[in-house]
Amino acid sequence: MNHPTTVKIIKFHAEKCKGCLECEKACSKVHFKTDDGQDKSAIHIYKVSSSYKMHVCNQCGLCIDMCPVGALTRRKNGVVTLDKNTCIGCQACVGFCPIEAMAKSDTRIEPFKCISCGACVRACPEKALELIEAKIDDIKKIVYHKQGA
Amino acid sequence: MAEGQIPIEEYETGNTKHKWNFKKIKSSHKVIAEYNYKKREIKNGFANSTLYINLRTNQIKEKKVTEDMKKKFTGGRGFGLKLLWDSIKPTTRWDSEDNNLIITTGPFCGITQYPGCGKSLCLTISPSTDIICDSNVGGFFGPYLKFSGFDAIEIQGKAKEDVVILIDGEKGKISIETAPLEETDSHLLNEQLTNMYASEDNEESRQNVSVVSAGTAAEHSYWGCLNFSFWDIRRKVARMKQAGRGGLGTVLRDKKIKAILAKVEKFSGLQNNPADPVTLAKLGTKIHKEIRNLDRYQCNMRTVGTGHLVEIMDEYDLLPTENYRFGSFPKASKIYSTNFYKLFTKIIPDGCWHGCTMACAKTVDGFTVMTGPYKGQKVTVDGPEYETIGCGANMGLWDPLWILEFNFYCDTYGLDTISTGTAIAFYMEMYEYGILNKERCDSLELCFGNAEAALEFIHRIAQGDKGEFLSVAKKGIRRMKDWLIEKKWGDRQLIEDTGMESKGLEYSEYVTKESLAMQGGYGLTLKGPQHDEAWLIFMDMVNNAIPTFEDKAEALHYFPMWRTWFGLNGLCKLPWNDVEPENNAETDDPSKVPEHVQNYVELQNAITGWNVDKKELILQSERCYNWQRAMNVWMGRGRRQDDWIPYRSMGPVTRMEYISRKERYDKQLAKILGLSEKEVEDMNIEKKMKLLYDYKQDQYQKLADAVYYRRGWTPNGVPTPKKMKQLGMDDPKMLKMIQKKIDEDEKAGLNVWGGRYKRGENPPSKDLHYW
Repeated sequence: MNHPTTVKIIKFHAEKCKGCLECEKACSKVHFKTDDGQDKSAIHIYKVSSSYKMHVCNQCGLCIDMCPVGALTRRKNGVVTLDKNTCIGCQACVGFCPIEAMAKSDTRIEPFKCISCGACVRACPEKALELIEAKIDDIKKIVYHKQGA
Repeated sequence: MAEGQIPIEEYETGNTKHKWNFKKIKSSHKVIAEYNYKKREIKNGFANSTLYINLRTNQIKEKKVTEDMKKKFTGGRGFGLKLLWDSIKPTTRWDSEDNNLIITTGPFCGITQYPGCGKSLCLTISPSTDIICDSNVGGFFGPYLKFSGFDAIEIQGKAKEDVVILIDGEKGKISIETAPLEETDSHLLNEQLTNMYASEDNEESRQNVSVVSAGTAAEHSYWGCLNFSFWDIRRKVARMKQAGRGGLGTVLRDKKIKAILAKVEKFSGLQNNPADPVTLAKLGTKIHKEIRNLDRYQCNMRTVGTGHLVEIMDEYDLLPTENYRFGSFPKASKIYSTNFYKLFTKIIPDGCWHGCTMACAKTVDGFTVMTGPYKGQKVTVDGPEYETIGCGANMGLWDPLWILEFNFYCDTYGLDTISTGTAIAFYMEMYEYGILNKERCDSLELCFGNAEAALEFIHRIAQGDKGEFLSVAKKGIRRMKDWLIEKKWGDRQLIEDTGMESKGLEYSEYVTKESLAMQGGYGLTLKGPQHDEAWLIFMDMVNNAIPTFEDKAEALHYFPMWRTWFGLNGLCKLPWNDVEPENNAETDDPSKVPEHVQNYVELQNAITGWNVDKKELILQSERCYNWQRAMNVWMGRGRRQDDWIPYRSMGPVTRMEYISRKERYDKQLAKILGLSEKEVEDMNIEKKMKLLYDYKQDQYQKLADAVYYRRGWTPNGVPTPKKMKQLGMDDPKMLKMIQKKIDEDEKAGLNVWGGRYKRGENPPSKDLHYW
C-alpha cells in the first residue's frame, strides 16, 4: 500500500503575531461550530514575555499507536486524524502526546486535534501562520518502547 | 516490529490462519431458551440490574439492584457475595446444581479514562477449597456485560449438553443455545465465536464482542480458569486474560457451558454515564502522563509487564525455585524480563481494556508451538506474566520458550498457570525424593527441569487421562498430599510441609520464609494463598517498616481492605502502585501511595455521584471482607485451623534448605536463643531445624492472634456480630449464624489465643471476650 510521504504542518512566524487569537476562534469554529476559541481550539497562542508562542500538533503521529480502537490514523494526505465516532474517550493520546498538543475540551469526552485544514492560516490578519510541507520521515515519532530508563 | 505507525489493516502477526465453516457451526445450534429485555441507560456507573440464568430449569430473569445493596456491598465482588448468600446453602459444593457462577462488574468497570477500569470479578464455590473463590480478570466481557444492561450475571444449574450463553446488548436479548461443533480450547473457540457473532465482518464489530470460555483441561482438572477475550484489532486475534484462581473454569465446564458471549453496539467514552466526566478526564490524563514520564524509570510495565519482577525477586532471594526450596538460582538470569522483552511484540496498545496505558498485557506473536495438538502452528501467546515465569523457576524450567509453551497451553486448555505450576513443582520435589517415581507417575518423568514431562502432564489432563496418578494430580496439591499419605509413600510431615497449599489452593509465586507479615498475607486470607490481598514482603523484610506484631496486624488489616476495594469497583490494582508519583517517597505513607488513593476517592465520587472520603473506601471493603469471612464460617471453614500454612512458607523444611542459607538461619537462631553464633554453629543441624520450626510456628500463631484482634474477630477468627453491626451488616440470618458458631467455638474451648506467650509477652488482649 502506498503511504504518504509528506504532510502539511503549521509554521508560526512569531515576529508577525499580535496575539489577536483569530486563529483560535477559527479553529473552534471548525471543531465546535463556535468562535469561543480557548479549550475548543486545537491551536493555542501564548504570550511569553514580549513575544508570542504557538502550540499545535506537529503531525508526528505517535498517538496513532496509543489508540486502542484505531480512531487515530494517518490519512492519504499525511495528516493524523481522530475519528470522533470511533473514539472511546480514553485520553491515552492526550496523556502521551510528546508535546501535549492533543486538545480536549470539557464539553466533549473525545479529544480533537489539528487537521491542517488551514482555517487558522486564513483567519490570521497578520499572516503569522503558514502551512508548510514536511517529510513524514523527518517528523515521525513512535511510542517509547525500550526496556530500562 | 519496532517501526510503529503500521496501519491496522496492514498489521501481521505471522500466526497460522484458520478456516471454519461458520454457517455449519451456527446452524447446528439449537435454541434452548430466549429472553428479551428492555435496555436501560446506565446511571452513575450502575446498570441497576443483574441477570439470573438457571441452566437446569432454563429460567432467565432480571433482578433489581437496590440502593441498600449498593450501600452495603458497593458493587463488583460485593454484589457477588450478596448474590451467593441469597442463592446457595452452606452445604453447596463446586459441583452442586445450586452452585452459582457469578461474573460481576462494579461502578468503575467500563470507564475508559483511567487505567485499569475493565475488570470483572468472578465468584463461585471452588473445587479446590469448598468455599467461595473470587478472581479478577481483564478483557472486554465485564464492560460489555454492563453496557448490555447488567451489573452481574449469575448462573445456577447444569445444562444437559454443551451450551453457549449469548448476551446480545445490541438487540436486548439473552439466549441459551446448544453448541455441539465449536472447538473447546479457548484460543480457537474465542476466535470462532467472535467471528460468528460480530455484527459485521470488520475489526470494529469484532472488537465489540467478548467471550468467556475455558478449555478442555478445565473439564478434568480443579485448576480450570476462565479466559476472557479482548479482540485485538491490529493482531486480529481474540487475546485473553484469565480469572485464574480457584477453579472457576472447572465450574463453567461442569455446568456444560462452552462459552458466555457478550456483544454491544457502538459505545462511547461516557457509556457508564458518570456524574462528573470532566473530573474523570482530568484524573485520567494526569495518570497517563505519569505513566508516560515515569514508568520507564520505575517498573517498565509498558515494556515487559509484571515480568520485570523476576530479576528483583531473584536478587532478594524471593523467586520460588524448585518448589520454593530456594529464592534465587544461578540460572535465573535466563528468564529475566530482558529475555522476554526480546520476544514481545512492541509499539501496540496492550491494555486489556481501553484506556489502560499501563498496558502490562504483553504478547509474543507468531510463536511456534513445540508439543501437543497444536505442534508446529504459529500462535499468539498472551504473557507470560510474573507468576507464570515464577512457575518456570519453581519447576526448574530456565528456557523462556518452554515457559511460553507452558503459558500457551495452560491458557488455551483453561488451566490456571499458578496452581498448575506450583503443583507440578511439588510433584517434582516428591519425585526427587523417590516418594513419586516414573511408575507411580503414570510413566511421566516429573523431575525438576523436565519441560517435556511437564507439558505431557498438561496434555494428558486435557485428554482426560484416567491414570491413577493423573486422576489425583489434576485435582491439586491437597488431594495429592492425601493420596501420598494414604499410600504411605513418604514421611507425612515432609509431605504436609512441602506441598505449597493452604485451604486447598496452591500458593502463588513468592518465597515468604523471611517475611512473617507475608506469611500472614498468604495464610490469613479469605480464599487461600494468593498475592491479591497483601504484598508486604518489602515493607516487612527489606525495609523493616512493620517490626511489631501490632504493626504487622495493622498492615494485614489495611492492605487487604484496600486491595479488596479494587474488586468492589471493577478495578485493576496495578495502576495504584506499579507507577508512583514522582514525590511519593516524600509523603507520610509511601507504601499507601496517598496521591493515588486520593485519585480513587475523587474517581468514585465522579462516577457514582457519592460523597465519600478515603476512610469510607476502607469501610466499603470491611463490610464485604467480613461478610465473605462469615460466609466461609457458615460453610464450615474460616477459623484458625483453616488459616494453617505449610512450613515451607515459613522456614527450611529440609537439611539442604537449611545448609543453603546456613549463615542466615544460624544468625536467626542465635538471636532467638540468646546464644553466640559460635554456639549455634556447634549445634547439630536437626536440632537447629527443630528449634527454628517451633519458633516460626509460634510466631505465625502470634501474628494470627494480633490480626484477628485487629480485624474485630474472635480469637478463633470469626467475625463477631458486634463488628458486623458496626459495619451496618445487620442481616438477622447472618448475625444469628455467626453467634451460633461462636457459641460452638466457646463450648469447644477454641476461643483462646494461639501463641505461646512467655513472661513479658502479652497477647493482644487478656480478656478473651473483648468483642
